Amino acid sequence: MKADPRGVLAGVHFLDGDQACAEGALAAGCRFAAGYPITPSTEIVERFAQRVPLLGGMFLQMEDELAASIAIQGAVWAGAKAFTVTSGPGFSLMMEHIGYAAMTETPCVIVDVQRGGPSTGLPTLPAQGDMMQARWGSHGDYEIIALAPNSPQECFDLTIEAFNLAEQYRTPVLLMMDEIVGHMTERVVIPPADQIELVPRRYTTKPPADYRPFAPEADLVPAMVRAGQGYRFHITGLTHDEQGYPTTNVAAHDRLVRRLVAKIRNDATRLTRVEEHFLEDAEVIVLAYGITSRVALRAVQMARARGIAAGLLRPISIWPFPEARLRQLTSRAGLSGILVAEINLGQIVREVERCVGGRVPVRLAGHAGGGVHHPQELFETIVEMAQAVEIER
Amino acid sequence: MNTEVCLPPNPVEALLRTDRMPHIWCPGCGIGTTMNCFARALQQARLDLDKVVIVSGIGCSGRVAGYANLDSFHTTHGRAIPFATGLKLANPELTVVVYSGDGDLIAIGGNHFIHAARRNVDLKVICVNNFIYGMTGGQVGPTTPATALTSTTPYGCPEQPFNLPYLAESAGAVYVARWTAYHVRQITHAMVEMFRKRGFCFLEILSPCPTLYQRRNRLGDGLEAMKYYKEASVTRHGAPTKEVGISFQGPIPVGKFVDIERPTYLELLNQQLARTLEAQYTGCIEDHVRS
Repeated sequence: MKADPRGVLAGVHFLDGDQACAEGALAAGCRFAAGYPITPSTEIVERFAQRVPLLGGMFLQMEDELAASIAIQGAVWAGAKAFTVTSGPGFSLMMEHIGYAAMTETPCVIVDVQRGGPSTGLPTLPAQGDMMQARWGSHGDYEIIALAPNSPQECFDLTIEAFNLAEQYRTPVLLMMDEIVGHMTERVVIPPADQIELVPRRYTTKPPADYRPFAPEADLVPAMVRAGQGYRFHITGLTHDEQGYPTTNVAAHDRLVRRLVAKIRNDATRLTRVEEHFLEDAEVIVLAYGITSRVALRAVQMARARGIAAGLLRPISIWPFPEARLRQLTSRAGLSGILVAEINLGQIVREVERCVGGRVPVRLAGHAGGGVHHPQELFETIVEMAQAVEIER
Repeated sequence: MNTEVCLPPNPVEALLRTDRMPHIWCPGCGIGTTMNCFARALQQARLDLDKVVIVSGIGCSGRVAGYANLDSFHTTHGRAIPFATGLKLANPELTVVVYSGDGDLIAIGGNHFIHAARRNVDLKVICVNNFIYGMTGGQVGPTTPATALTSTTPYGCPEQPFNLPYLAESAGAVYVARWTAYHVRQITHAMVEMFRKRGFCFLEILSPCPTLYQRRNRLGDGLEAMKYYKEASVTRHGAPTKEVGISFQGPIPVGKFVDIERPTYLELLNQQLARTLEAQYTGCIEDHVRS
């Protein structure tokens, strides 16, 4: 299905990441957003609120992030594509409703423009401190899809991708931006609508009498309905059977939760996206995502200029984590270590350590937030890691 | 010996998910009574039932959505109203009913309650008030009368409860009524009126919790609660809501307190956009939001 041309501002633009994200949502066919103002994410809904009435949609400013993150789910069950945007403190408040969306298989997009934390932290400055919260923040077992753009162009592209994945897997999808990506202005190319492919909602073709709301199809995702069509369906955040009725049966719970996890985990390879630079012969791999990947690329280039075989692995999909690719890269000879650069004091590095399983040294270049790493500092660490191996040899 | 008794079919059976019976409510609980009224009101109002959606929060009253044979949503604790807001605004042809308890709607969901009333979102909010958190074992709530015993106020509740009709009116509700589980005809009538009215409508129904509230306060069983409702209720249509607060086992002002006209959120939004954007505003939300 192609995008509706009315929502697509085709052309070459000079936009910041927040604005590009709003345009991505509109291009993806999203016509409903609810939100609560929070720096540095607010510009997304400001642009959306200005544009969407002309497209017959609406932005609703709610009383808090709990309300925003559940209002979008009400709109989805009425048939709309919907999203909400927030930052750290608001993201924390939305956790319960990420779980509700996962449990009720409600396709929706939640954008987190990360800022320094914990608590109110550094409202106007960047961080990448919500990466593990994105994965584990709501209680109970579930899998999540989270993408991390590193440019305004990707804020546009990955917002569309987030909506598509939400529909494909009937799951909440998180777009993990950061303050710099959100506020950085760059060239953004918006393609014409006929070049934007959208995944339509997977509505059932069955008549009400034959329809079971949570009976999975071959890919473990059930077909959906919307309110007002005569299906008389029931949706609950309680553990439910295929009819959607609450149950406290442990076997039914096991079936449901395993399916919710498997529908994403089984497709991890297809969901994994990475960008790679100079990895063919890399002795030191720098792993970085979001804005940090751009600083890290500079450091890698500096190392290469000094004759050090450094490379960059940038996960674009953070969850599912590009585990298979990382295992592949770290199982070959000649690798002296992985340097994980992130604007937190050690989150994704734990995932890297898990994947690497002690085969090569993993080192963290952490940053408590409020800025980005200096390329020189990363470069020096790369040199140190390369030299350490030289000395051993 | 054949002991089977042939009963006439229950006239509201079509509105119930009979495949989910028996329900979880205790003997003497009033929630089922209110639901019977709800089913009868739906029948009397002659609504297209495929376009009626019920949204509940969490708690004993939150289970109503699960037993109603309608499109139904059992949401998170306290968030039935914002969920219903998104649902209604994205598809205004739906009649959206929020059916939940006092703790869910007024404590954890209290902020959403006042803001939806302020915006005048077209929702029919039915609050079953049993003075207590029933599902979790009888803790103090925002409607527990002062001095009443609960599991978390074992020496008596020191707090002032909310006067719900006063709160609803102050926040902007266009229809506010209170009845008790004893007043089945009045409840049904009030619900029919709410279905026919546009805007944020609020109905409080006092309902017995024999297992936790009645027993702990030595107030007898469900029948005793009905006797109290019958004897203590004073019908005061149009009474100033400030005067309809409830004290422990005191008089219960009941009736329709508020019934006014005020444009709904969607009407105001459409007016505002049409006025500001003029010809650029091609239409009303409902035609376009749904993909």
